[in-house]
Amino acid sequence: QEKEELIEEWQPEPLVPPIPKDHPALNYNIVSGPPSHIITVNGKKCINFASFNFLGLLDNEKVKSAAQASLKKYGVGTCGPRGFYGTFDVHLELEERLAKFMRTEEAIIYSYGFATIASAIPAYSKRGDIVFVDEAACFAIQKGLQASRSNIKLFKHNDMTDLERLLKEQETEDQKNPRKARVTRRFIVVEGLYMNTGDVCPLPELIKMKYKYKVRIFLEESLSFGVLGEHGRGITEHFGINIDDIDLISANMENSLASIGGFCCGRSFIIDHQRLSGQGYCFSASLPPLLAAAAIEALNIMEDNPDIFQTLRAKCERIHKALQGISGLKVVGESFSPALHLQLEESCGSRENDVKLLKRVVDYCVNSGVALTQARYLEKEEKCLPPPSIRVVITVEQTEQELDKAASLLKEAAQSVLN
Amino acid sequence: INHIVHNGGLYKRPFNEAFEETPMLVAVLTYVGYGVLTLFGYLRDFMRQWKIEKCQNATERDEQKDFVPLYQDFENFYNRNLYMRIRDSWNRPICSVPGAKVDMMERVSHDYNWTFTYTGRVIKGIINMGSYNYLGFAQKEGTCQEAAAKVLSQYGAGVCSTRQEMGNLDKHEELEKLVARFLGVESAMTYGMGFATNSMNIPALVGKGCLILSDELNHASLVLGARLSGATIRIFKHNNMQSLEKLLKDAIVHGQPRTRRPWKKILILVEGIYSMEGSIVRLPEVVALKKKYKSYLYLDEAHSIGALGPSGRGVVDYFGLNPEDVDVMMGTFTKSFGAAGGYIGGKKELIDYLRTYSHSAVYATSMSPPVVEQIITSMKCIMGEDGTTVGKARVQQLAENTRYFRRRLKEMGFIIYGNEDSPVVPLMLYMPAKIGAFGREMLKRNIGVVVVGFPATPIIESRARFCLSAAHTKEMLDTALKEINEVGDLLQLKYSRHRLVPLLDRPFDETTYEETED
Repeated sequence: QEKEELIEEWQPEPLVPPIPKDHPALNYNIVSGPPSHIITVNGKKCINFASFNFLGLLDNEKVKSAAQASLKKYGVGTCGPRGFYGTFDVHLELEERLAKFMRTEEAIIYSYGFATIASAIPAYSKRGDIVFVDEAACFAIQKGLQASRSNIKLFKHNDMTDLERLLKEQETEDQKNPRKARVTRRFIVVEGLYMNTGDVCPLPELIKMKYKYKVRIFLEESLSFGVLGEHGRGITEHFGINIDDIDLISANMENSLASIGGFCCGRSFIIDHQRLSGQGYCFSASLPPLLAAAAIEALNIMEDNPDIFQTLRAKCERIHKALQGISGLKVVGESFSPALHLQLEESCGSRENDVKLLKRVVDYCVNSGVALTQARYLEKEEKCLPPPSIRVVITVEQTEQELDKAASLLKEAAQSVLN
Repeated sequence: INHIVHNGGLYKRPFNEAFEETPMLVAVLTYVGYGVLTLFGYLRDFMRQWKIEKCQNATERDEQKDFVPLYQDFENFYNRNLYMRIRDSWNRPICSVPGAKVDMMERVSHDYNWTFTYTGRVIKGIINMGSYNYLGFAQKEGTCQEAAAKVLSQYGAGVCSTRQEMGNLDKHEELEKLVARFLGVESAMTYGMGFATNSMNIPALVGKGCLILSDELNHASLVLGARLSGATIRIFKHNNMQSLEKLLKDAIVHGQPRTRRPWKKILILVEGIYSMEGSIVRLPEVVALKKKYKSYLYLDEAHSIGALGPSGRGVVDYFGLNPEDVDVMMGTFTKSFGAAGGYIGGKKELIDYLRTYSHSAVYATSMSPPVVEQIITSMKCIMGEDGTTVGKARVQQLAENTRYFRRRLKEMGFIIYGNEDSPVVPLMLYMPAKIGAFGREMLKRNIGVVVVGFPATPIIESRARFCLSAAHTKEMLDTALKEINEVGDLLQLKYSRHRLVPLLDRPFDETTYEETED
């Protein structure tokens, strides 16, 4: 009888709390038409400085015609996961081409960029293993680590002394319990070019630490694939490191390759394991063949024109220099990074107000013909929330006049809004 | 004897679901089979370790030999010794549209499945009973493909930005309005991957201090989403309403485990059609329970949207219920719409909340435009808004195919699991040797089937799973049935003794629930 009363009385919370109408993340920008170099945002035509279309392949005619041919042959969807008649010859071809391009033994494709690293990490690292990860790691890495249930040790962004300290502490722990240490796997997860800060990781020192402390390295190259290095092979080419020294390289094809999905490459010993234990691979439908064909064609273009990487880097340097000295905003990121952040030099107290201020700067720019966006984060879920910023993306299609125009517009906007 | 549930008139049509029990002899023989395989596995591992036999799988780098081993030996025991033997039944590469008939690339292995080589020949015209092509929208010509081609040439293939930044195209807005109309809900939101829809939105809806009641046989994406949310998870027996009610009562009466505080919210996770069992969720009873105990319902219609119901609107339509009773309606576009991606539909507050707080909206790229167009065209076709009756005809064809196929298989004497109306048909094989044999024999006869064993199913209940499609004509089904009959006689698969156990007579034991707290 009591039980009936308890059941009557219990009131649950509402399923979702109500959202105020003017929440900054609620009203999306509507883009009419393709998100290419000239983009129509909320009805205004602007130059696109917000989509990660680094090599300008989103609008490329060859890529589109390859995708059209594949559409005529295979239709749109694959209607099944890789294990059950969802493996097409285009998938196998793309995996071979990626492995050959990155000069590794094997590659594996996922149908969603976020799921790539979020499925790869839990496939190797389980409960009881130890993962050393940089503070500024992106959200997908954080979710992968959460799903893996391993012990996570954060080290300060790009700080090798901090990492060394953590590794030494782990070593002393191991000496106390050698039996456990013999079965505990250790990993370091870093990004080639960090999305949240625009820096590169110091890979040569990491390799030294790898062999000194016997830790495996997982490298996430979403922004650096197709950007760094002489032929676009990423940060290993940039620093001249043997690719076999890195245990696993994961990247998504949604930035430079202007397609959808992601891939992991490395030695067969490591990659083959994901074919049975990568959750996003086994339990999800495979990549639609037209997107795989678009990626193959994009790879072809990358291989045939190796000078676009140099052009892109030159443009990044140019705008990096032009954006220095704007009063009120500081540039965060390496000079050759195509995705920079502009943060407020002085915060005005609360994050909400900073966000509102930056929104006014962005709106001013959009109204004058340059499309920018604020970098979006889930404030309550991130481990180390970066400060609010405007994201500036440089693509190879932007001309020098457009770069200069954007820089001067930002100066104007900062002047009018922040002063 | 089929079981018809009356339950106060909740069901408007007979609900015929049956799971015939495993015959005792078959169970014993299956265990013996696995035992023999395990013994041989140990023997081969022993020989490999002592270098009597060559080790053919990839090994660690010499420079890293003194690192902690990446894989423990026993983790891969099953992989090396059992999976490798029948590996050719999976990952079969195809080179045509995955419609009713498909072309497969021939591959041979000269070293017992360790490596494959492609002969270059293509086997044409294999009847495809494995792809999730329920309404036959996997086509390479027709209105859907033409519309997608137009959008592809206008918008390009990728998007290169997230929904909240610069990736929200007008096409996405159009699609979301259409999905909301199709489902009969206030508003909807779409995502690029069905798996990710679950694993990224359940954590946004529930957190610590909430309770998740999930079915035993839920899909990996639901399990991952529930784990990532940090809520307490309790599991109820598959489709068993007494088990669910007991858990709900206990939860409200006793509260949280240590603090005895009341739960913040209770979320019930169920699927429309369970893909390994072919069973349909008892939705009227679940909705009644949910209303009585004031909890929320999350329905994953990955397989049932488009495939069930007189107008193809899924399991809610099949039972004739009100879509507003289901709090969160989730589904995927991969199966019945021939595209890729997932959606969530519900009240406007829910969708507004998800637009702001869903992990996918903030960090993951939005859907590709031609895929969006494929969904728009196929959905309009199903709803009849393109001016033809093609959609309705397909839905009816699928229902007819399902009933016919299941009836014929049962008559032949196979053990078939699941509901009579579900287009997913699992045929029990049980013994490990028959898994590989069934797959290979059917391929020899030009029929492509899907076989599943451990760990996707319990260890002795391996099965072959047929997915019916509206694109299958009666001749194709008859050919398939003839071949299945032959192979069934050859491999002695006709276990059924037509003794169907009525569901309520199954012994109901005290539910043991697993609590997982991260």
